[in-house]
Amino acid sequence: MRPLTEAETRAVFEKLGRYIGENIQLLVDRPDGTYCFRLHRDRVYYLSEKLLKVAVSIPRDNLVALGTCFGKFTKTQKFRLSVTALDFLAPYAKGFGVAAKSTQECRKVDPMAIVVFHQADVGEYVRNEDTLA
Amino acid sequence: MAAVRVEEVLAAAEEQEAEKQRSITVEKELELEFDLGNLLALDRNPPAAAGLRGAGPRREALLRALARDNTQLLVARLWELPAERAGGAGGPLVARLPEPAFRLPREKPPPRPRPPTRWEQFARLKGIRRRKRTSLVWDEQAKEWRRRWGYRRAGGDPARAWLAEVPEGADPEEDQFARLRREKRERVARNELNRLRNLARAHRAGTAVPAAPLHPTGHQSREELGRVARVARVSTASLGRFQPRLPKEPAEPPSRSGGRKRRFEPLLGNLAAERSRQLELLRDMGSKKPVLDITRAVNKQLRQEEAEAAAAKGKKQSQRGKRGRRQQRAGRSSKKSGARRQQQQRPAGSSTGGGKRKKA
Repeated sequence: MRPLTEAETRAVFEKLGRYIGENIQLLVDRPDGTYCFRLHRDRVYYLSEKLLKVAVSIPRDNLVALGTCFGKFTKTQKFRLSVTALDFLAPYAKGFGVAAKSTQECRKVDPMAIVVFHQADVGEYVRNEDTLA
Repeated sequence: MAAVRVEEVLAAAEEQEAEKQRSITVEKELELEFDLGNLLALDRNPPAAAGLRGAGPRREALLRALARDNTQLLVARLWELPAERAGGAGGPLVARLPEPAFRLPREKPPPRPRPPTRWEQFARLKGIRRRKRTSLVWDEQAKEWRRRWGYRRAGGDPARAWLAEVPEGADPEEDQFARLRREKRERVARNELNRLRNLARAHRAGTAVPAAPLHPTGHQSREELGRVARVARVSTASLGRFQPRLPKEPAEPPSRSGGRKRRFEPLLGNLAAERSRQLELLRDMGSKKPVLDITRAVNKQLRQEEAEAAAAKGKKQSQRGKRGRRQQRAGRSSKKSGARRQQQQRPAGSSTGGGKRKKA
C-alpha cells in the first residue's frame, strides 16, 4: 500500500473528471473527515484517515482490500474506473443515461444512430430551457 | 498621574532589560574550560551539594538551571569564533572550529597485531627478507614485456603446454600431463589450507579478523568484490567521506535513497499536505492553460537551429561539389599547420623579445 504518485493521481483525476467534472474537489476535500487515495496491488482505494490508520497494521500479503475500490491501473498504467465507485460518483454525476444499444452493436453502428437514452421527468425540459439550446 | 505612569513604564522596561541580560550572562566562580573543537565545556565549580541530594523536582530544577547556564557559556564562546557563509551568499553561517584538544578515549580496545604465520616465523629465523620483484618480465619468445603471472604471462599459457618431459628416474608409463595437473591442484589446495590455518590462528589469538564475506578468496564474483570494496571504504571513523579514491574508481555521488531507484511518499505522511497538493493539481488540470516546460522548449529550439544549420551546410557542400571539397580539405590542413607554425614561432619570438627587454 502506498500513496499515489503525481502521474498516477493525474490519471485518476482525469478519469474521474470525465464523470463528475469539477466536483472532484468535493471528494478530495470533505467537510466530514480526511479521505485519501491509496494504491494497493494496482488498485486505487478511497478511504478515510481513520480507516487508513487501522489498515496500516495489516501485512501487505494479507491485506485484500481497504475502503472503497475506485478502479485499477492496468499493466500499461491506464486507469480503469470500476463500478464500486458509483456510490461516490452518483451524487456529483454530470448526467445519467441508459444505453440504447449493446457494446458490440455500438461499435458497428453508423455515426447518426442513437446510443444513449436520457430518461427525464416531465419538467426537466422546462427547468433547463435556458441551457438546452 | 502621567509622571507616575511614565515611571512605571520605565521601571518595567528596565526590569525587562535586566531579565534579558540575566538570561544571557552567567556568573561563575571558576571560569569554565573550553575545548571548542569537541564542543566541550568543563565546569569545575563545586555544585550546591545540599540541593542535589535526593531525587525530586527541586533537584531537577537545579540540574536544569546548571545545564542551561553552562550551555549558555559554551554557545557564547561559539559565537565568538570566526564564521563564514557556507555554500555561497545565501548559505548558513558556519563557525570554524579549532582543532580538538581533548583526546576522547577509545570505545573499543586497540586491535592486537596478528600472530606471524609459519612462513613468517621461518623467514625471521633464517633471516630471509622480501625481494621486491618486478611485475613485468621480458619474454624472449614474444619479444615483449609480459606479466609475471596471470593473463598473457611470460612463458606462455601453462594450460596449452604441448610438451612435458619425462624427468629422470620417473616411471616411463606415467602420464606427465596428468601429473602436472595433479601437482598444481595439490599446491593450490595446500596454499588454501595454510591460508585458512593462518586465519584460524589469528582468530584464536584474538586479533581482529574481518567477517567471513570479507575474506579474500580466489573465487569472488565482481559484484561481491564491489560490495566488499564499498564496505571497506565505509569502515572508517568518518564513514568513508575522506577516503581517497583508487586511480580508476569513479566518484560516486551519495545516493539519497541508499540503493533504491524509486522513492514514494510515506504511507501515513502529512495528509493535509497531500490534500493541498491534490487540490493544486486539480486546479492546474482545470485551468486548461498550456504548461510551458522551459527545458523542453529550449531543447526543441536548439534542435531546430541545429537541423537548420546542418541543412544549410549540406546545401553549400553539394553546391560547391568536388572543387569545394578539395578547398575544404586544403583549408583544414592549412589550419592545422598554421597552428603548428604559430607554436614554433612563439617560443622564438618570446626569446628574442626577452633578449630585447634585457638590453633595454
